[in-house]
Amino acid sequence: MKRFGFGIKPLILVTMLLSALVLSGCGEAEKKEAKQAEAGKVTLKLAMDADPVSLDPHVQLSGGMLQYSHLVFDPLVRWTQDMKFEPRLAEKWEQIDDVTMRFHLRKDVKFHSGNPFTAEDVVYTLERLKKSVDYKGLFEPFEGAKVVDEHTVDLITKKPYGLVMPMATYIFPLDKKFYEGKDEIVKSGPSFANEHESGTGKYQVSHREQGVKMVFTQFADYWDKNTGNVEEIILTPIKNDASRVAALLSGDVDFIMPVPPTDLERIGDTKGLKLTTLPGARIITFQMNQNRREEFKNAKVRQAMVYAVDNPGIVKKIMKGFATAAGQQGPKGYAGYVEELTPRYDLEKAKQLMKEAGYENGFECTMIAPNNRYVNDEKISEAVVGMLSKINIKVNLKTMPKAQYWDQFDAQVADIQMIGWHSDTEDSANFSEFLTMCPNKETGYGQYNSGNYCNAKVDELIVASQSETDPAKRSAELQEVERILYNDAAFIPLHWQNLAWASKDNMNTEAIVNTMNFPYFGDLVIK
Amino acid sequence: MFAFTVKRIAQAMMVMLIIGFIGFAIKHNFGDPVRDLAGERVTPAQRAEIREKLGLNDPFMVQYVRFIKNAVQGDLGQSFFFKRPALDVIVSKAPATIELVLCSSLIIILLSVPLGIYAAIKPKHLLSRFVMGASIIGVSIPVFLTAILLIYVFSVELGWLPSFGRGETVDLWGWQSGLFTADGLRHLIMPSIALSSIMLPLFIRLIRSEMMEVLETEYVKFAWAKGIKPRRVWVVHAFKNTLLPVITVGGVQLGIMVAFTILTETVFQWQGMGSMFIESVERADTSLMVAYLVMVGFIFVIVNTVVDLVYGLVNPMVRIQGRK
Repeated sequence: MKRFGFGIKPLILVTMLLSALVLSGCGEAEKKEAKQAEAGKVTLKLAMDADPVSLDPHVQLSGGMLQYSHLVFDPLVRWTQDMKFEPRLAEKWEQIDDVTMRFHLRKDVKFHSGNPFTAEDVVYTLERLKKSVDYKGLFEPFEGAKVVDEHTVDLITKKPYGLVMPMATYIFPLDKKFYEGKDEIVKSGPSFANEHESGTGKYQVSHREQGVKMVFTQFADYWDKNTGNVEEIILTPIKNDASRVAALLSGDVDFIMPVPPTDLERIGDTKGLKLTTLPGARIITFQMNQNRREEFKNAKVRQAMVYAVDNPGIVKKIMKGFATAAGQQGPKGYAGYVEELTPRYDLEKAKQLMKEAGYENGFECTMIAPNNRYVNDEKISEAVVGMLSKINIKVNLKTMPKAQYWDQFDAQVADIQMIGWHSDTEDSANFSEFLTMCPNKETGYGQYNSGNYCNAKVDELIVASQSETDPAKRSAELQEVERILYNDAAFIPLHWQNLAWASKDNMNTEAIVNTMNFPYFGDLVIK
Repeated sequence: MFAFTVKRIAQAMMVMLIIGFIGFAIKHNFGDPVRDLAGERVTPAQRAEIREKLGLNDPFMVQYVRFIKNAVQGDLGQSFFFKRPALDVIVSKAPATIELVLCSSLIIILLSVPLGIYAAIKPKHLLSRFVMGASIIGVSIPVFLTAILLIYVFSVELGWLPSFGRGETVDLWGWQSGLFTADGLRHLIMPSIALSSIMLPLFIRLIRSEMMEVLETEYVKFAWAKGIKPRRVWVVHAFKNTLLPVITVGGVQLGIMVAFTILTETVFQWQGMGSMFIESVERADTSLMVAYLVMVGFIFVIVNTVVDLVYGLVNPMVRIQGRK
């Protein structure tokens, strides 16, 4: 009996735990599942590592939310694969004066609610963007939008601004009549916009179970008839890399993104599957904090560190060739890209520079890096620690999950800190504004400059580039910045991560992907 | 009895306060949910604004007291990520986990009893040796590895079973169940096997050793001497008495199994409480994390208290010991 007495307690406990959960579960009525695909319907089963956090496109500025926006909403213009602008809701555009860009809108466009799309909606959307915590910084240079007539709208900036067109790719017009009055942007609680949508996009959200499944169905009145043939998209978030790949290999899904680097070869070799890759635009760097270390104030020491880091080797060995070694911030194709600023790994030169700087015997310092934010971030930082030890810099590395990392990064707890950056504007200036301009709390410049590198000339050139509307002059200014940063060894550049998508081989995957990682699923054709 | 009851309830409340406090201390030091909510681009000033709105800037004790006050009224806060009350989120994820645990338990019971008995009766037989050998392997392979192996064999190579998710579910008075559709059951097979892979060998070994012990006892020998049929001796006389310790251990193990669901659910993208919890940790959705800890703690404490009180009624010895 004694033995039994010990056993019954946990048993009762578990039974009650389960029955309590059962009872409370009964109270919740879930929406009925959308009807399964009818016969003959073209369906894309898509698996990504996450699903959109909300139905409100302005609640968060992130890759996932922009991918969602391209499905359900439609921008004024969008990027093409070769980084040009393609008309969407705006048919054409013209520069009226220094601060005004006029957009002529399509006339035959309807929202999912049935309301017609007009210039009013663009004005409304821009105002809402300026209220969104995540977007208001990006739209700060804008004075606002003005209705010219029902299908013409002017975007007006406060000063001449060179990036009006890139910003227009972020304007996904929202249905004013649908949202007005209940359009509060709520980050962490329920709101109308978090649960309802009315865009002009090809797909409507017909079912959403956050974190489990999302179903998009084709909007019958979509204006663009010349796009792909996918009538329904079923999006399942699969967080675990191996499970996501297995889902594709077993045929349970048709398309996965991102593809973990370890499985690239396997997918490429599998019959019936297609691997599509593009060079990405996210730069991975280390910043050397000059406020914390006297040594880092010496340009020779910084240069020595750059020379000591074998970033082509990292790309080859750790990234398995799935990245492009970098010598500057912006990748090829960006306005500031300078061809001759190549990676400079040279251990002898590094040693010599350390000697010249008077640190032949080296020194000891600390480093932090995330371990689940960038591809192979932990392995990369371990490799860099090893490389720096060859010039007698002993580095104490600490890595942590991203949930903890950014607080530590902001607090600048270590001498060397890792950061990756993708330009929000697909433009070189954005890198400097966040990473290499002098940190300034009021303007927000240098917000992620934990190296505390500060060069008045760089700041001047970047500020000038913002109001420069002549592309050639702008490009020259931004290239000058890259040269200065290169010579100063303002940071240790590593590489730009590549992007990969995997799908069945009966679709035109290569035509719908781009370096921003916003696949245009509306254009997907499944044979 | 009255004094005992009061004492027990006071104890339970203390435990809850401590659980809440620990959960809250973790939350406070865990990380910044705002970073996940707002992305990395937002300026520190705007981030501070969001933090202020969420009440994350208040001193630790203020937040803790506010949390306790709300919790007493059944409000465990909002999940930052799901943008819904944390309790709702947890409750909506419960059916998936419960069904998974249920199926694994069934597998364990249906297989471990006959195999365990057989291995005890015929320890030298080839099948027994095979079962015992396989059980050692079963215990030593981690759950997630078993799960990935299953996926690669049965989904990728053979294409027999779906590799992720719960499949089609039906709505039974608000309970999303996968038990009543063919698709749902097909999705259940591999996760249940993976989850049971650790416990099943354990139970086979347990039943075997207990059974062997019982078979050596005097009353079994006496039963043999009386000439009772072997089947009756094994099942009625011996196995019945094996069952008590097995149930005892089983109850404890069932609780542990809930913990193992975290691994299984992550690999199979099984949308239950386990994967919800691990994701809330990754996202620093601290409200949801704390709510989960507190809710599980609450149920355990309530049940324990009730059980203790019932024991006190049934067996006065407990009360007397407790009073001392």
